[in-house]
Parts: sequence; C-alpha cells; structure tokens
Amino acid sequence: MSLRLTARGLSLGHPGHPVLSGVDLDVAPGEVLTVVGASGGGKSTLLRALAGLLTPTGGELLADGRPLRGPGAERALVFQEDGLLPWRTVRRNVELPLAVRRVPRAARRAPVTDWLDRVGLAGLERRLPRELSGGQRQRVQLARALVGAPRAVLMDEPFGALDPQTRASMQQLLLTVREKEQCTVVLVTHDVDEALLLGDRVAVLAGGTLAAVHPVPHPRDPAARAEPALRRLRERILTELT
Amino acid sequence: MSARTDLGRRALRFGSLAATVGLWQLLTAGRVRLWLRFDHLPTATEVGRAFVRQVGTDQYWIDLTESLRRIGTGFLLAAVLGVAAGVLTARSRPAADLLGPVLEVVRPIPAIALVPVAIMLFPENEQGIVFITCAAAFFPIAVATRHAVRAVPPRWEEAVRTMGGGRARVLWSVVLPGALPGVVGGLSVGIGVAWICVISAEMVSGQFGVGYRTWSAYTVLDYPGVFVGMATIGLLGRATSGAVELAGRRLTGWLPPVATGAAAAAPPAAGRAGRGPEEAWPARAEVPA
Repeated sequence: MSLRLTARGLSLGHPGHPVLSGVDLDVAPGEVLTVVGASGGGKSTLLRALAGLLTPTGGELLADGRPLRGPGAERALVFQEDGLLPWRTVRRNVELPLAVRRVPRAARRAPVTDWLDRVGLAGLERRLPRELSGGQRQRVQLARALVGAPRAVLMDEPFGALDPQTRASMQQLLLTVREKEQCTVVLVTHDVDEALLLGDRVAVLAGGTLAAVHPVPHPRDPAARAEPALRRLRERILTELT
Repeated sequence: MSARTDLGRRALRFGSLAATVGLWQLLTAGRVRLWLRFDHLPTATEVGRAFVRQVGTDQYWIDLTESLRRIGTGFLLAAVLGVAAGVLTARSRPAADLLGPVLEVVRPIPAIALVPVAIMLFPENEQGIVFITCAAAFFPIAVATRHAVRAVPPRWEEAVRTMGGGRARVLWSVVLPGALPGVVGGLSVGIGVAWICVISAEMVSGQFGVGYRTWSAYTVLDYPGVFVGMATIGLLGRATSGAVELAGRRLTGWLPPVATGAAAAAPPAAGRAGRGPEEAWPARAEVPA
C-alpha cells in the first residue's frame, strides 16, 4: 500500500535562479528517506514538490510510476511548525483529514482517539494548539498526518523548532510509530545525526543538486550510534554538505 | 486582584458618563456664555424629563423599531455582500480586476451623498434608506475582509490541500475562519458607519425613525426633543456595536488573550486556563510574563 516516489531530472525555480536542478531520486515503497542539506539548499522545495504544492519547471515527478499532479490525501505533509489550524481543538485538528474525505462524524471518533493515544496526547483532546507546548503540537501534527492512513508521509524539519530533549523523544516516537505503519516517509532535516538515526537512506542536497544518496548501516537503531561505519558516514556527509 | 480592579473600572466608566452629564447640567443651568453659548441649550434635567415623557409614548417605540429594522436589514445585507466581495477580490485575480476598480471609485463617495440616487432608484423611501445604510457598512466590511483573507498564513491552506481538500473545503475550513478576526473588525467599524448613515438618511427622507424624529423636533424648536433623539441614537449605537463586539469575541475565542496596557493581563478564556502556552500565535503578541 505504500507509495513509490520518483523524481527524474527534477528542476524548480526561476531561470537564472534554480532552487533545484536535475535531481534524480527514487524512494522505494515503505522506505524512510531522510534528506539533509544546508538552509536554502532546496530540501523544503523538494518536499513541497513531492507534496504537489509546487509544479516542477523541468523534469518530472512520479507516484507509483504515474505523473504526480497536485496535492492529494495519499501524501500527508507535516510542517516544521504552525501547521495546525489554531481555532480547532486538538481533536478537531486530527480529524480534519477524515472530515475532508467526508468520513461520517461517528466513524471519525475511533481512529482519532486511537492516534491521540499513540502519540501520547490522550486527555488533551479539547485543548487549542496555543495551549500546547511545541512538542505536543508536533505530536498533533504527526497524529493528523497518519490518521487517514496515507501511503506516504512527507515531513519538513518536523522537529527543527524543538529543544534537544523534546526532539529526542519525538524521534523516538517516530521510530515507534514507524514499526507498525508501513507508509513511505521522506523526512527533511538539517541535522545529520537525525538523518542517520531515522533514515534507511540519507540523501544529501547541496546547492540545489543531489550530492549523494547513502544507505545507512544499522538503520533506525539508536544503539548503533557509536558504530565506526556510521561515524565514517557521518564525516563523509558533513564533507559533502560543504 | 481582578474583582477589585474590575469594580474600579466599572466605577470609572460610570463616573465618566455621569461627569459629562453633570458638566452639561452645570453649563446649561448656569446659562454660561463664554465664547460658546450654553444658554440656548436645554439642561440635562429638561432633556431627562422629555426622555421620560417620550419613552411613555407609542411614537417613540415605533421610531425606535423602525430605525432598528432599517439598520438591521442594511447591516446584514452589507455583512453578506461585504464578506463575499472581500473574499472574492482577495482570492481571485479576475474578480479583483473586475470588481476592484469599481469598488475603489465608489468607496470614497460618502453614503449619504447617495440619497439623490436612492430616491431616483427605489420606488419607496424605505428601500432607499436601507440601501444607503447597506452601502455605508459595505465598504469597511469588504476592505477589512480583503485584508484579513490575504493575511491568512498560506501554510494552513497547504495543510488542507495536502489532505485532498478542494477550493470549497479550503474556503470553509481555512479562509473564512482564518480571516474571521479581521472580518469582526470590519463589522465593528461597519455598524458604526451604518448608524451615521441610517440617521442621516432618515433626517433627509424618512417618515419615521429616530433620525426623522430628531430632525422634526428641531424644525418645531423642540430642543429637548432633539437631545432625546441624540441620546437615543447614542444608546442604540452603543448597544448594537456592543452586540457585534460580543459576537465577535465569541467567534474568535481561539485567539490568544490580548496584552493590555497594564501588567494585569486579560484572564484566559474560561475553562481553558492552565498550562501557559510557550509561543503565541504569530499574528498576535503574547502578554509578557
């Protein structure tokens, strides 16, 4: 059920000011691909193009081999912050993808409650986003992205605005959630360690082009952090980024 | 702390009204003639007596309901048309090109200058007055809506579009609720302008109504009557704009509490108190701790 996402010679931006140029990328179904890059390196642009919010100026984007046209519910998007609708309570934010799909009200309750539970927000259903901490808001976004059982989840620096402790617990939450969900994940981050911890493969974007794509040894295993192979890969990615 | 300051503020508000009436009484009863001449004006007690007398008549209540009916109809029409025009011009380029120039040229014309047009255009006076009231309230509402819609963060719309939401869903679930705080501002200004224009229009072409009664009191040299009319307009205006404000606050209860001048912050919305938010919603400043 998970989605294959493919970019072929993807270019975006204005002539003379390319944000992305000639990006070839293939994200296998069920894979977690993390994308690292410096600010302004085109990572958000790549993600928004995959979400269908931006139209490529060159090349093509495919979902399961078919041209990708515009945004759709099978590709859920998680923003760095402020992605929640501030007038909706936690529950009403999480149920929004189901409401958009015209799922009857009664049928929305169970999956929403289930997801709020899984991301650790049980009991906070009636809070407004502004009454939550930054980490709790990202939990809401995660629940909202996954409640509709999307085939791919696209995450744009989802933990970038969080303090280190909250960040670590959110990374752990994502790993836990991922064990049951088989959807494809593309996660953009500027943090190499995060990219190595969460990804099956790490794509390195520098200056709008794809510098390299590395398979991660011991993927999604926090205990393997000290492995020499991982440390060497980390050093290599840091060189590629500069 | 809050109960005491609340009482203090109420006392201050009432005191300011009472002091104004007291000063009025002093100036008029004393027949003060500096450069301004207060000796021709009715005293506060004369106006008070006239007010009590008029409140006992059917006439007063007929006028009052007439005016309220006119402003109610005109304002509601203006709210619907204004919000629609504001959303259209903000969201659709063809609509902005088509409607924008016409609206911008008509906007500076004071609604009361439309009286001749209204008289020629509408078969009945009544419709003309409602038209003028509506035209007056329309522009502040439309302009405020347009700005509010443009200020809605694009991220909220993107969130709904990536859930598969189409134009209609984005409009109902993002644009309208997101623009509501700004729209409420426009409605608040609109109801004030609507009162100015309904009263003026009644003075010029009405047969009933508070404005008509005020002006006809002047023509028969019933000066206390003029002031009764003015006081009535003031009270009605205060009541209606208060109702609009209250409805607006109810609808936008999700906004963070606004910072007040003093360190005493507005209390958090009932039932939502508790853990303080770390960050404010970007468009509004949070109260500094």
